[in-house]
Amino acid sequence: MSDLTRRRALTAAAALAATAGTAAVLAPPVSAGTTTGHDHGGHDTADTFDEVYKGRRIQGRPAAGGGHHHEHGGGYEVFVDGVRLHLMRNADGTWISVVTHYDPVASPRAAARAAVDELQGAPLLPFPAN
Amino acid sequence: MTVRKNQAALTTDEKRRFVNAVLELKRSGRYDEFVRTHNAFIMSDTDSGERTGHRSPSFLPWHRRFLLDFEGALQAVDASVALPYWDWSTDRTVRASLWAPDFLGGDGRSSDGRVMDGPFAASGGKWPLGVRVDGRTFLRRSLGAGVRELPTPAEVESVLSMATYDMAPYNSASDGFRNHLEGWRGVNLHNRVHVWVGGQMATGVSPNDPVFWLHHAFVDKLWAEWQRRHPGVGYVPAGGTPDVVDLNETMKPWNDVRPADLLDHTKFYTFDS
Repeated sequence: MSDLTRRRALTAAAALAATAGTAAVLAPPVSAGTTTGHDHGGHDTADTFDEVYKGRRIQGRPAAGGGHHHEHGGGYEVFVDGVRLHLMRNADGTWISVVTHYDPVASPRAAARAAVDELQGAPLLPFPAN
Repeated sequence: MTVRKNQAALTTDEKRRFVNAVLELKRSGRYDEFVRTHNAFIMSDTDSGERTGHRSPSFLPWHRRFLLDFEGALQAVDASVALPYWDWSTDRTVRASLWAPDFLGGDGRSSDGRVMDGPFAASGGKWPLGVRVDGRTFLRRSLGAGVRELPTPAEVESVLSMATYDMAPYNSASDGFRNHLEGWRGVNLHNRVHVWVGGQMATGVSPNDPVFWLHHAFVDKLWAEWQRRHPGVGYVPAGGTPDVVDLNETMKPWNDVRPADLLDHTKFYTFDS
């Protein structure tokens, strides 16, 4: 295993371990079979997804009840290793996240994957604590 | 009167003074407050709700005031310093003097994007990243990786020729000059530069990279150039628009300044050309 791959694996494992106690609260497991392998695009957010992408667990689901302030995620929330990723839907149906904020992609899943690419194994920090 | 110069024309001494003033703001903790403010607006400005700093007509006056605050903070450290601008349509490659070790330092290394030279490299110990979205504390860049080309002069020209400042729905779906300059629509100027630089510049905490200020100083200069070409064409909307800052409405976070107060940059600074 290369150093980089080992570090990514360790980082992902550490992130999973760190969030294991709260992951059930943050992101309950979604029912099996929802990851179909194809992407529905930004206009269909009724679906959930749950997959391991580049060694990290990414999950998405319709937001439960919006929360305590204006819902920026277009009614959808995404998690990377159990940590919520700040997500935003653009007027044209494309999506951005706080780690790829100037580069819209087609769906929440694409935004989650782009975040994993950008993070290069680094843990995501919870917002708005950062 | 402050004169903002093209970064390519700065003397060695001007570069040194600018860098030292930026480093002093970082040391004192003042710098990170700017990063925090920017990220707060990035995360809360939405197409369907309240929007002030981005994806809205006030993108340009908001950043003009934000840069004035930063420039004022620099001048409190060294009164001779002005914000330089980066004309990315001309200085388009990683070989531009902007990225030299005596100024902003260069590209990140391929393994993890870490900037390895210049005054803002993590190894120098003077540029810790306190306001972050992930665990990495070192400045990162990946010049030209996220998108291959910076905007061309012809693309800039095509946006400057647009005769309307902004249009309903006054968000990222709008036609008109502001949204084409911001980049959510069309050839994509401002957003594309953030993506081209990569690293923190591609994120909500983009002011972590000092090039943020030089990028926005040029976006601001393009607004001034657009005004020169379209005399009499004003900021819109002029009143009564929900969630959007009208011409005579005050802007957060200052709550004491309106777009109307910021339309004429010559009250605050001039450009070298």
